Amino acid sequence: MSSALARFTRATLPSRRLCMLFVAALAPVALAAQDTTRGVRIGLAYDAGSKPGVVVLPVAGPLGDSVRAIVARDLDFSDRINVIALDPASAGAAQRGDLPNWALLARLGASGAVQLTATPAGFHLAVFNVATRQTALVRDYLAPPSTDTRGWRGVLHGIADDLEESFTGTRGIARTRVLFERGRRIWMVDSDGEGAMPVSELATPASPAWHPSGRSIAYSTYVPSQVVVQELGGRPRVVASGPGVYISPAFTPDGEGVVYAHGVDNGVDLHAVSAAGGEGRRLSVGRGSDNVSPSFSPDGRRIAFMSGRSGHPEIYTMDADGTNVDLLTPLDLGESAYRAAPDWSPDGRLVAFQSRIAGSFQLMTVNLRDRSLRQLTSEGRNEDPTWAPDARHVAFVSTRTGSRQLWVLDVESGRARQLTRGQPVRLPAWSPRLAR
Amino acid sequence: MTARTTALSLVVILSMATSAGCRRRVEPTPVPDPAPSTVGDARGVADAAAAEARARRQADSIAAANRAAAASANTADAQRAVAELTAVLQQRVFFDYDRDNLRDEAASLLDAKAAILLANPAVTLTITGHTDERGTAEYNLALGQRRAAQVKRYLMAKGVSDRRLSTQSLGDSEPAASGTDDGAYQQNRRAEFGVGNAGGALVRPRS
Repeated sequence: MSSALARFTRATLPSRRLCMLFVAALAPVALAAQDTTRGVRIGLAYDAGSKPGVVVLPVAGPLGDSVRAIVARDLDFSDRINVIALDPASAGAAQRGDLPNWALLARLGASGAVQLTATPAGFHLAVFNVATRQTALVRDYLAPPSTDTRGWRGVLHGIADDLEESFTGTRGIARTRVLFERGRRIWMVDSDGEGAMPVSELATPASPAWHPSGRSIAYSTYVPSQVVVQELGGRPRVVASGPGVYISPAFTPDGEGVVYAHGVDNGVDLHAVSAAGGEGRRLSVGRGSDNVSPSFSPDGRRIAFMSGRSGHPEIYTMDADGTNVDLLTPLDLGESAYRAAPDWSPDGRLVAFQSRIAGSFQLMTVNLRDRSLRQLTSEGRNEDPTWAPDARHVAFVSTRTGSRQLWVLDVESGRARQLTRGQPVRLPAWSPRLAR
Repeated sequence: MTARTTALSLVVILSMATSAGCRRRVEPTPVPDPAPSTVGDARGVADAAAAEARARRQADSIAAANRAAAASANTADAQRAVAELTAVLQQRVFFDYDRDNLRDEAASLLDAKAAILLANPAVTLTITGHTDERGTAEYNLALGQRRAAQVKRYLMAKGVSDRRLSTQSLGDSEPAASGTDDGAYQQNRRAEFGVGNAGGALVRPRS
């Protein structure tokens, strides 16, 4: 049991001592859940079906309700934690002084409890293990004043990500943002749908992409035709421009280069240029066809892209230098076949894309190992998938409520939530995890 | 256009009427006979010279008016030609869904454009490809470029110089027709033409 426990923690956790300690304390819960798994058991696989129940205790102070709501919602949006709601009576009785009401929390089915306290410098966090009635984690966070809404909320998102890492072994995605195009500008929105703001000045921008640092972005404009790199809060810098079209930039995973689609008179091919600018060089050999929408494998060795070389759009992969091209989606000879907008999952296992089905578009994934396909959506027109850094959530454009809005789908549970409201949007790009 | 032609005709008629009036007044004026005037009669010589100058001026003005009238008629025709030929150059070309090949009627239209371009070497064309909204935004930008390039290739095959033809794509971003039916989609799958004509004039191609 103890060696199994060690293997469990080694296999599923990054080397953060605090969370290792905490998960070790929670391990009986995980193992108990595993005992109910039927069939052949191989090692100590994490059972995605057992979500730890967590109570976020009431937070004192004028902004206490906001603090609690933001963190509880982030944990809920993680889809890995069962956030247990408290009715008013329970909320009043959930704490006894500085400690939780263990009996009440156990009765509610909680395995953990989160206690946040506002301090002069920011927040104090305490996490409790209900089963052992012990404090599992304490940590202090610096935060800007709440008047700096974006920064203040960002600290809370970071706390939620730390909590998720503690409870599940996987770091959360609350402290991330999604870029998208709306009304001829590039916009950015926090992962919980708050704080939407425009970030580009240029006209006709399209296809925003994140630098792996999360500090700058690339996008194309079609009038004039160019690819620009822009530090967030800074001015755009042209890295490729000229006659014809410049489309769909993507940073290389090392952040040193930008791959984009460009063409004038003889089809559109993928090109590469240094992120600092310079001479672009052609990668793909499309022979007059259209080759757009590059997406790198996490190791930077392969590129998934959309090509019309077979007569209609399909997803292909190639080496980062343009060689060893391979059709990824099973070639569909039907007249209406149309697969596009590939996005390689950050864990390297899947490529998400959109496929025409019954006259509309639906999201699908193709497994890199066995080429198996899976359809993710069926309601409305669903396009432009972009993976969250947890390789479990996908943001995409959907018309399911009428206008084109961003939605977030948990590909494991199928749960979807709406991320944007207002003017129609398109071409989302999910950020990497952003620095504290 | 019609109003402009009418205005031009009015100018022509007015200038003709004015010159006719001049002629009537000029004719009865006796040409001074130089014979009776003596060499020493400086005043008579001066008068004669002045009269001659006046007559020459009048004759010149008549000729100028006639030239202007002719020119006006030519200008009207030239302007009509510019309008007609520009309209042909600007006429849109339409495409099939997810295709860049040229239909028969598109080829005929491009033949007409090519003839005008060959007769007017100063004219340049900016060809902008558009798509309907059904594909992805990124693919549509590429498809629009492919359509513009296809048009350019056809015109080059007809002898129009590469340097006079530029291409760009707006993808699905500027639909000509709103709506999500086949009619609207067809109107949006098109190439548009911007005409660059620094000289202003356009000559009709010899057919």
